[in-house]
Amino acid sequence: MLYFEPPPQSLPGPATYTSIRSAMYRLPTLIFLIFFGLNGTAWPAPFTPASDDEVLERLPFKASATEGQELRQLRRALTEQPQNLERALALARRYFDLAGAEGDPRYVGYAEAAIRPWTSAADPPVGALVMHALVRQYRHEFDAALADLARAAERDPGNVEIWSWRSAILMVQADYTGARAACARVAPLASALLTAACTAIIDARTGKAANAYADLSAALTRRPDADAALKLWIQTRLAEAAVQLGRDQIAERHFKAGLALGVTDGYILAAYADFLLDQGRPLEAVSLLKNWERSDVLLLRLALAEDAAKLASAPAHFAMLKDRFEASALRGDKLHQQDEARLHLHQGDARGAVRLAAENYHLQREPSDALILLEAALAAKDVAAAQPALDWLRSSGYEDPAYAKLAQRLQELRK
Amino acid sequence: MIRVLALLMLLASFAAEAHKPSDSYLRLRIDGAEVAGQWDIALRDLEQAIGLDANGDGDITWGEVRARQADIAAYALARLKIEGDGKSCALRVTGHQVDHHSDGAYEVLGFAADCAAAPAAIEIGYSLFFDFDAQHKGLLNLQYQGRIQSLVFTPEQPKQRFVLGEMSALRQFVSYAREGVWHIWIGYDHILFLLSLLLPAVLLREHRHWLPVTRFGDAFWDVFKIVTSFTVAHSITLSLAALGVITLPTRLVESAIAASVVLAALNNLIPVVGGRRWVVAFAFGLIHGFGFAGVLAELGLPRNALVLALVGFNVGVEAGQLAIVSAFLPLAYFLRRSWFYRRVVLLGGSTAIVLVAMVWLLERAFNLKLISA
Repeated sequence: MLYFEPPPQSLPGPATYTSIRSAMYRLPTLIFLIFFGLNGTAWPAPFTPASDDEVLERLPFKASATEGQELRQLRRALTEQPQNLERALALARRYFDLAGAEGDPRYVGYAEAAIRPWTSAADPPVGALVMHALVRQYRHEFDAALADLARAAERDPGNVEIWSWRSAILMVQADYTGARAACARVAPLASALLTAACTAIIDARTGKAANAYADLSAALTRRPDADAALKLWIQTRLAEAAVQLGRDQIAERHFKAGLALGVTDGYILAAYADFLLDQGRPLEAVSLLKNWERSDVLLLRLALAEDAAKLASAPAHFAMLKDRFEASALRGDKLHQQDEARLHLHQGDARGAVRLAAENYHLQREPSDALILLEAALAAKDVAAAQPALDWLRSSGYEDPAYAKLAQRLQELRK
Repeated sequence: MIRVLALLMLLASFAAEAHKPSDSYLRLRIDGAEVAGQWDIALRDLEQAIGLDANGDGDITWGEVRARQADIAAYALARLKIEGDGKSCALRVTGHQVDHHSDGAYEVLGFAADCAAAPAAIEIGYSLFFDFDAQHKGLLNLQYQGRIQSLVFTPEQPKQRFVLGEMSALRQFVSYAREGVWHIWIGYDHILFLLSLLLPAVLLREHRHWLPVTRFGDAFWDVFKIVTSFTVAHSITLSLAALGVITLPTRLVESAIAASVVLAALNNLIPVVGGRRWVVAFAFGLIHGFGFAGVLAELGLPRNALVLALVGFNVGVEAGQLAIVSAFLPLAYFLRRSWFYRRVVLLGGSTAIVLVAMVWLLERAFNLKLISA
């Protein structure tokens, strides 16, 4: 098992004090602690390893692996010609893709640094603007990312990448009209499958889930040769649409078909785990996620599943998660609010969950962001806080029996 | 084509939440012209900067880190500037260790900055990793006369300036007292020890049975003796340790504290020491004092106001302790006749305390991680 020291919050205490200082364990929780927690003991302080052979850190890949060699080559090429934008973009792109594959945001920082000489100039070239937009949306700076894309589109309106990213970001902001307009710009520039997918995901969120499902599955059947990553993505979306339509068995089939493609993807794991949790099948969720502690999103689901299955490993995983949220808070990041809200709600802090979910909803308005806001507001009996999500539900026409039920219960609360 | 496909996959929100970006943790403790520093730097970042994995097997071992310690220090310290009143303070390495943070292993670089004179203002310039990681942050924790300030260095904000100024004696005293309160408040081992001794104070042991005391005065007197002797004892060792007269290894002290909690609670289950629990409080109080001293040592004692800080801290500890006692005593007295108090609170509570403290003891004595998270 892994244990982590929380980052120094106020001062470096000796072993025993560092951990207990965390605000969650105050005196009122002492009794709770005695019976359930057994927390608050020594974290490992700085130490000197006993042996030279002790492995301290495992890198994501070996230097000899393809990724390592490729990165070295790209870096060397850029060092030879630091003014060469093409080379900088190639390196940045490689880093950015790695961030997605490995789930490690360090690479996004590397990508941003690689293009900085251009983005910090007065009038960045199109390639640098697009890359900068990617980096910014990754940090949830959606408006800034859209501004970069708009500047890039002025000069290169035929660039399919610009329009597909624009559509993707507007989807996160729940601007379906804007997203549809961006898809229309994608259509003449991309394949039929891609165009169909671009529109279908908007349909699925705007009251046309059945159409979306039919279109997506027809498009997929026509292109059995499609790339495995795209197939995975379509299977995930098909599963989600099926859930929306209340067709759980069909959803399950798509989740399994997606996983069977053998592409590592955290998104489908999270979606399938949520599905299993909703179905009351936590043990299956545990075995699905057991090696995914390193991802915060999946660690949360793992801990929730372990808790639902009453496994002894749950408290340690909740504590690990809390440490990670604290570490992020220390650096001022707010990328975790949806998950943090979920954790608070699970631990009975409905007020805290509402606060986090509401703040998160300002920034991100995907269905799952609305869902946690609805759930938290219901738990806290705070209908007003849920209003933005209720408005979205009504104006978008989003179909999902679970959402509808939550909305109804909130409305009843109002009476 | 594939690239464009990937775009639409909306990996955005997932990927961003999967891990933590790069941070380093820089702690500086300013004491007159001397600045003591500890800098935790992720091995992942050092690998990217100077390459640590010498054999390229994807694992960074302690041997590989050790071989590059000089390079690590040279690389890092070249990217940190500390100036006191505009004059650069020379940086020198004082030690190398490692530590684990929530996202992996870190080099713990100990260093000192020698400034010409005690500075009135200090300026820190930070540029570690900014050249290749635009999202790296340096999280600074600055301690000065018991005050703590946290700040973040970013590529956009690579410099921070602090005016140190002299704190008034009163403010200094209050600041240490506050720390004292805080540390009794979160120091569960101390609280559990004290509670274990106090739980039977509202009861009398007669013929192998617990009977409620009849007068509040009896309970009060018992509590008074216990708290006073605990206080006197830990004040003695806290002072001796803080002034450097005696030093004991942390692990020994922490283990002994855990053992004291076990014994104190066990005494409620199988009474050995009856009315003379204040003796136990005194004897073990001596050990707890070393524990408080550990906290105080980490806080740092100002040389010019050593006694003031020590007394302030101690007063804070006592105040925190009194708050706990004054919440406990009336409640316990009120409940003393009930079955609930004797069975659930005294016996159940003591059993739970024994169990918790046993785990602490095992963990601390053998440097283990058992069930605690």
